[in-house]
Amino acid sequence: MTPHMLTRSLDRGATIFLLVVAAIGVLIPLSNLLLPAGSFLQVPTYLVALWGKYVCYAILALSIDLIWGYCGILSLGHGAFFALGGYAMGMYLMRQIGTRGVYGNPILPDFMVFLNYSKLPWYWYGFDMFWFAALMVLVVPGLLAFCFGWLAFRSRVTGVYLSIITQAMTYALLLAFFRNDFGFGGNNGLTDFKDILGFNVQAEGTRAALFALSCLALIVGFLICRAIVSSKLGKVLIAVRDAESRTRFLGYRVESYKLFVFTVSACMAGVAGALYVPQVGIINPSEFAPGNSIEAVIWVAVGGRGTLVGAALGAVVVNYAKTFFTSGMLAPYWLFMLGALFILVTLLLPKGIVGTFNAWWDQSKEKRAAASASAAAEDGVTQPKMAE
Amino acid sequence: MPTNLSARLCTFVLSLFLIAFALPAFAGPFEDAVAKFANDDFSDTEEAIAAVASSGNKLAFPIISALQDGRLMADSDSKKVYVTGADGKSIDAATGEAVASVPDSASAVRLNNRLRRSVDAALGSLTLQSPDVGTRLQAAQSVFKSHEETALEPVDAALAKETNKSVKTALGEARAAILLFKSDATEVEKLEAVATLRARGDQEAMALLTGMGDQPASVTKAAASAISSIQSSLAVWSTVQNAWYGLSLGSVLLLAAIGLAITFGVMGVINMAHGEMVMIGAYTTFVVQEVIRTRYPGLFDYSLLIAVPLAFLVAGAIGVLIERSIIRFLYGRPLETLLATWGLSLVLQQAVRTMFGPTNREVGNPSWMSGAFELGQITITYNRLWILVFTLAVFAILLAMLRYTALGLEMRAVTQNRRMAASMGIATSRVDALTFGLGSGIAGIAGVALSQIDNVSPNLGQSYIIDSFMVVVFGGVGNLWGTLVGAFTLGIANKFLEPVAGAVLGKIAILVLIILFIQKRPRGLFALKGRAVEA
Repeated sequence: MTPHMLTRSLDRGATIFLLVVAAIGVLIPLSNLLLPAGSFLQVPTYLVALWGKYVCYAILALSIDLIWGYCGILSLGHGAFFALGGYAMGMYLMRQIGTRGVYGNPILPDFMVFLNYSKLPWYWYGFDMFWFAALMVLVVPGLLAFCFGWLAFRSRVTGVYLSIITQAMTYALLLAFFRNDFGFGGNNGLTDFKDILGFNVQAEGTRAALFALSCLALIVGFLICRAIVSSKLGKVLIAVRDAESRTRFLGYRVESYKLFVFTVSACMAGVAGALYVPQVGIINPSEFAPGNSIEAVIWVAVGGRGTLVGAALGAVVVNYAKTFFTSGMLAPYWLFMLGALFILVTLLLPKGIVGTFNAWWDQSKEKRAAASASAAAEDGVTQPKMAE
Repeated sequence: MPTNLSARLCTFVLSLFLIAFALPAFAGPFEDAVAKFANDDFSDTEEAIAAVASSGNKLAFPIISALQDGRLMADSDSKKVYVTGADGKSIDAATGEAVASVPDSASAVRLNNRLRRSVDAALGSLTLQSPDVGTRLQAAQSVFKSHEETALEPVDAALAKETNKSVKTALGEARAAILLFKSDATEVEKLEAVATLRARGDQEAMALLTGMGDQPASVTKAAASAISSIQSSLAVWSTVQNAWYGLSLGSVLLLAAIGLAITFGVMGVINMAHGEMVMIGAYTTFVVQEVIRTRYPGLFDYSLLIAVPLAFLVAGAIGVLIERSIIRFLYGRPLETLLATWGLSLVLQQAVRTMFGPTNREVGNPSWMSGAFELGQITITYNRLWILVFTLAVFAILLAMLRYTALGLEMRAVTQNRRMAASMGIATSRVDALTFGLGSGIAGIAGVALSQIDNVSPNLGQSYIIDSFMVVVFGGVGNLWGTLVGAFTLGIANKFLEPVAGAVLGKIAILVLIILFIQKRPRGLFALKGRAVEA
């Protein structure tokens, strides 16, 4: 990516977004580590973990916006890719526990000893190496998305049908991961992590580093999405979103474009899940619940579909609200509010927060331009029309 | 004839006296037997059990069942034995007279495993001649299971008196089971026993035949052929049973999906809150039953009949409300409709949770829906059968409604060509609202039926929504027959996969198969033919 391309692909909103994320990614860990505990400006460790979670959700929202906002693919199963990435990371973390587990088995994780496994299942091989796990974080969700997308897009399963079968996909995975003999810890999932790359996952320093890494991943993910949507390929994606058949008739291989962007998006979701697991400390099958995936879609809708910045913003806003409301006496009303959010955003705010703001901004800019143009016309000076 | 009368009276009084004196004379051996319980010796206890069980005394049953439950108290000093009831009252076991309190020196008569078996057998034979048919049948079946040699005599005695056909069969089978294991039974008796068990032909008969141990060669041969015949008949029956379970599951799926077939299939509206309409129907049933229970207990058997129209009205009204306030603004934006209705489902769930609490509410089965009957080797429960019948009835009514009523005609017209229908004077927005109300109302009716077999909780709808969508998508959108075929295909496929792969893996396999199937036929099994490029 040349610097020129970078500047071209960044408008003012994106620049502000990147600066804010970078600032948060640097300042919050520094404040947590350097300032004395109890100081007014010190960010407590639990908040670092909480905001780390939000940032991971923002990456997931970004990945959904890439396919929904720019290509019209509404996936109701993106939580599956997120959870698969999380499981890949969780398997690495499980292998790092070693003899410190309850049963002290150097190879087998506790739940396997408990379930009388005699040896490690083949699909757990290699997860003691970080590079392999990191690779799997990308490969497993990517491969599933590739196979699923290849089948679905090739036979032109679109719109609502696609949404429903993606939901069926994550539901099937939910059922599978709940099984004890599937080899992923059943309904308890993977937990009790100790180390990541030799650092204690509970330590403040590790948490701060994970937070900074999540912010970095959000920035990189954002830049990748920007690069995709502002390229020529991005224009084709938007064409597919708005008129799929017409794009096909113009000679584009629609399914290849969709497949590419769907796979990239799944890999991003996988990364989000992988960063999420060490910060939250557990991964279990409930992450596959269809409800989670739909909730992630509403983050994007709230923030503004097809704006990227809005998706990340929506994820943080909705989740902050969730934390705020579910921790107090308002807890029984949270589902009412979430439900109302779904309804009101689709009915009254179809462009989301950022989309509505952009529309308002453009409108007022036009008005100002028109006002200055008419003022100029009154001065009797004819101006050549500015080329856009 | 006064003399004659007085003579008769005399005889009568005399016979009364005779009976009165004869009873204590009878009670002699019985009392002796009962006293043996007080010896605290296992072999004495065993003798006592046998003697009491064969005494024919009416106290025999309470004594033996008290012995089984550890409520038979014996005082080894006074040799008195007492039966303490569950209500704390006690009687003297030998005479049946009530006693104020059991002395402190009395302790419960102890049992070991061997004795427990003879207690079970004794209880079984004691109930063999009970006046109640159901008790007799149960007793015969329990003798069949225990097949203790000691039970042979009571079984033969009961068999001689028995008039009820099914009890007689059960007794015959019990006798066969005993003879098969009796070491000194003749070969002929054993062969007969094998034949009887072969006729019974179920899992238990097979277990007896395979576990009978050393037998004469001819018996072993007959047993082997009986086992293979039972095995093949069991295989047939298990297929029939799977098919029945499949039909039953299919009817549940169909019931949950019919409403969706209307809203999604006919109108093209993705209603993720469909499951909540089912839930509302189930809660309507709950409310109806509550009212009936407190006010008109006699009407309980009619509660479902009352709940069906009410559930239709309640769910239908809510459906019309939803269509008017949310969905009509989202026509042509299916993905947004999906999100909005999902939000709606969250709100409805939480509303019900707030009103009725998060736990399961109890909805009772009316008497005509509880129980089961045997058809060959399979058991068919009445509630499953009624649900199948009900589902088909709802389906038929819906089909007739779409075909023969004015509203049905208008619905089909709007589905086929909205603008043309509007030009012909059909109020399309009214038809939309009514169609959506109809779909929701049918979901409500489904809730009434599902309340009979599922937990009525705020999450009731959630468990059906994905399955219902699968049925509609599999069957083909916009085609009620497709939904019917889809529901039964999925139901039967699921139940045939379950024994092979297990319940969860079977379900996963079905989901994967549907996902693959949609790749092959993106518009479902029975796709509507059309020329539209983008439907």
